[in-house]
Amino acid sequence: MRIILDSKQHPPTPGALIRLLRLDVTLLMALALVAALGLVVLYSAAGAELEMVERQAIRLATGFGVMLVLAQVPSTSLKAWTPWLYLSGMMLLLGVMLAGDVSKGAQRWLDIGLVRFQPAEVMKLVVPMMVAWYLEGRQLPPRHWQVWMALIVVAAPAVLIAQQPDLGTALLVSSAGLFVIFLAGVSWRLLSAIGLLGFLCAPVLWQFMHEYQRQRVMTLLNPESDPLGAGYHIIQSKIAIGSGGLYGKGWLNGTQSQLDFLPERSTDFIFAVYGEEFGFLGVILLLAIYALIVWRGLTIAARARDAYSRLLAGSLSLSFFIYFFVNIGMVSGLLPVVGVPLPLISYGGTSIVTLMAAFGMLMSMHSQERSQAR
Amino acid sequence: MQYPPLRSRNAAPRDRMPVQDTIKNPYQERKLFAVRAVVAAFATFLLLALLAGRMAFLQIVNHDLFKTLSQENRVKLVAVPPPRGLIYDRNGTVLAENQPSYRLEITPSQVPDLEGTLARLARIVDIDESDRRRFYSELQRKEPFQSIPLLFNLSEDEVADFAVNRHGFPGVDIAAQLSRHYPTRGLAAHVVGYIGRINEHELSELDSKDYNGTSHIGKLGIEKYYESILHGKAGFQHVEINAQGRPLRILDQQLPVPGADLMLSLDEGLQRVAVQALGESNGAVVAIEPANGEVLALVSQPAYDPNLFVDGISYTDYSALRDDADRPLFNRALTGLYPPGSTIKPFMALAGLEYGVTQANRTMWAGPYFQLPGDSRRYRDWKPEGHGTVNLALAIMRSADVYFYDLAYRLGIQRMHDFLVRFGLGAVTGLDSSGEARGLVPSPEWKRAARGQVWFPGETISAGIGQGYMLATPLQLAAAVATLAMRGQRVQPRLLKAVRDSHSGEFKPVDHKFLGTVQLRDPIFWEQVIGPMVEVTRNPRGTAYHIGIDAPYSIAGKTGTAQVFGLAQDEKYDEEKIVKELRDHALFIAFAPADAPRIAVAVIVENGGGGGRVAAPVARQVMDYYLLNREPTLVMEAAKHADHP
Repeated sequence: MRIILDSKQHPPTPGALIRLLRLDVTLLMALALVAALGLVVLYSAAGAELEMVERQAIRLATGFGVMLVLAQVPSTSLKAWTPWLYLSGMMLLLGVMLAGDVSKGAQRWLDIGLVRFQPAEVMKLVVPMMVAWYLEGRQLPPRHWQVWMALIVVAAPAVLIAQQPDLGTALLVSSAGLFVIFLAGVSWRLLSAIGLLGFLCAPVLWQFMHEYQRQRVMTLLNPESDPLGAGYHIIQSKIAIGSGGLYGKGWLNGTQSQLDFLPERSTDFIFAVYGEEFGFLGVILLLAIYALIVWRGLTIAARARDAYSRLLAGSLSLSFFIYFFVNIGMVSGLLPVVGVPLPLISYGGTSIVTLMAAFGMLMSMHSQERSQAR
Repeated sequence: MQYPPLRSRNAAPRDRMPVQDTIKNPYQERKLFAVRAVVAAFATFLLLALLAGRMAFLQIVNHDLFKTLSQENRVKLVAVPPPRGLIYDRNGTVLAENQPSYRLEITPSQVPDLEGTLARLARIVDIDESDRRRFYSELQRKEPFQSIPLLFNLSEDEVADFAVNRHGFPGVDIAAQLSRHYPTRGLAAHVVGYIGRINEHELSELDSKDYNGTSHIGKLGIEKYYESILHGKAGFQHVEINAQGRPLRILDQQLPVPGADLMLSLDEGLQRVAVQALGESNGAVVAIEPANGEVLALVSQPAYDPNLFVDGISYTDYSALRDDADRPLFNRALTGLYPPGSTIKPFMALAGLEYGVTQANRTMWAGPYFQLPGDSRRYRDWKPEGHGTVNLALAIMRSADVYFYDLAYRLGIQRMHDFLVRFGLGAVTGLDSSGEARGLVPSPEWKRAARGQVWFPGETISAGIGQGYMLATPLQLAAAVATLAMRGQRVQPRLLKAVRDSHSGEFKPVDHKFLGTVQLRDPIFWEQVIGPMVEVTRNPRGTAYHIGIDAPYSIAGKTGTAQVFGLAQDEKYDEEKIVKELRDHALFIAFAPADAPRIAVAVIVENGGGGGRVAAPVARQVMDYYLLNREPTLVMEAAKHADHP
């Protein structure tokens, strides 16, 4: 990989960002570090069995492959394809609604011959792409009505996904789109208006929620009220993390996880295993690597050569932050139990591939920045 | 997801960019973005600090508390499977119930040597290869502290034998549980279906939360269709365990929500009468209440004992059922496709009236055969000498083929198709059960698409008497005759009558689904066809005269005889049975009372011969039981004298 030297031609950006110029390699290294750390924790969470670790390694390898491929696609092509991707994504979502496979009581999967996949997962990338595409063609900051149009672009797929019902993904997709709007420079007044609107929508959302989703929110407010159901998860994972202490109990030595008190310990609650075995220092290390990835993403965004790349890269980086923040917040009892995996560490899921696809796009924008710099 | 081709690198955006950049202010935009990015970075930093603070709170400030908690953690969550809902017939007779049974379970984490334990267990109880295989496949999926069933339905002796030796088997236990039982055995097997152990594929589709602790799932029929209602929701127990992981006491629990009981519209007595009336013959009987679509009887003969399937059918039992030439596993009522034969004639007559190609008072000479103009091929009547001059009423009553050949010729295949599909033929009825066959109402369009051939005029003629390509299931025929009985009002056939409400304990009826009405130009047409159908069973010259002879209510019916070309189903060619299997299928459709219908019936007796002689008496016994509450008498004398068809 080639290393960027510097570019005085660049328009001024905050000095701190400039100092992190060489971070293309750093991004890759950080991702690989998290993935490796994830496999180590997974080995422990799986009860020292290699089988899950091997399968996860294959998934990660696929993800890195997808990233490499996407890194070769210039952002101008991505931009040209954006509206079509968005349209096909919407069609697929409608397809899921009409002909989807009911799995675990929710219609999320679309079966097209050989592959079964979740269109909602793809929308995590396509929605911010579409909002960026829409706003990019206009003068920024966008006018009022343009913001409302952009909100519709976000809301349409979000409503379809929420109907599936998959509220967690719907919120993640919306937040990715909203980040673009925020980064495009919408006035603070309009932002607070949107925030107020969202606040007013909350009771409506509550109506739309399924019983089990409402229960999760209620459990968060008072976990002791449901010690057998969702509360059990939170109580056990708090015990796991808290008993880890400063240095942790050591790899493969977490009693909470090894003695099976911790549910979902290889998937959504894997962070509790990590916290128990590697302690506060380990947690700080992981948070630091995650923060580094977000930081690097924002740097690439700030230096990108056009508004589309800038908005998209910024939104993808902030979305990545949201993923791990929501997961860790949930496992440590700050947020309700929503099914969001810990990025690159939780076992399974199509989420690894989408995530790595996003990083592929970031890499591509980074190389664009370089070519422009010459 | 698709990725854009590399080619577009040089495409449109490049020529657009500079233009836009002159309008936009890239410098301004970049600055704006930078401000926003800094704000976002600051916000993420704050949130990260929040996370780190939370971790410090848990891992440093409260470390001692959580450390103690983790050392004293002796509480586990155990799933409690819900009892499955029962299934009743419309009078409260139990069709599916839960009986206590014993099974042998192993908790792998408590077993020091699994292989050795299994080997020693095999000396006490029978463990065959399939049990072993299932156990190991489940072992891979479950957590080691969860118990896994090894054997089901232990006998009392086996339970006693194990209890004596129990001390030598840590981690092995006898568990009492409820197991599904079908007291009426084969009687309603094709309706109720059965449950069986959850297989690999089903497991991947299920919500592991609700099915935690559940080992069985509906596989067929009502048990499958209403699985979500019958199953209920798993409960949990907070159990204190000792150092070996054995439960000491229940601290707290959330009771499971039992599955809801179902009441079917089926009448167990009626079902029994229909089975008896069919006797040794293979065939099907479907009875429907025309006004609301409730299925009163749905018989497919022969049947099988669903109890065999509950805990895994043995290979010998299964191959016996599978290889039986009479195919007991085949649901004839729902999936058996038969040519409707002459039972299509009342609908043909309605089509003729509706399109104005015939009138009630139009007469024609019905000789021994019909010929298309300019074609030498003769389409013969079932009666070698023909019926002489007939009008519509006589043609229905005597089942005069030539009249309907001529009618089909006048209508043409497209209009026949369009009219018959309005009665639901050629489409699934939407019964609440799985695997229903569609049947077929042929059209030139269908033949082009399915066979790549053009429609021949001669095929229209044979379709006029329900032969040729036309195929229907007994259920479709019953639904169509119910529509006829209601003078066009269509209801979706339904097996579920009511669901027990978990709060009040009362059965709450489910809504009927009305499908609209078959509108005719003149409602008098209905009576012009139904009148002659009553004559079929009442007039001495009717083709089913014997069944209406002493009936205290009026029956509107139509006989049918379907020729067996090759075989309707893909059965194996069986040398010994060839004579019987080439015999015609006997059909009969009817409803009663004719002016205020309460029951509509379709009967098919495979290889039975003429419909009037064989199938009509079955329908009469079913109607007698339902309308007069009368057990069937001996086979009626008159049946012997009846002629075709």
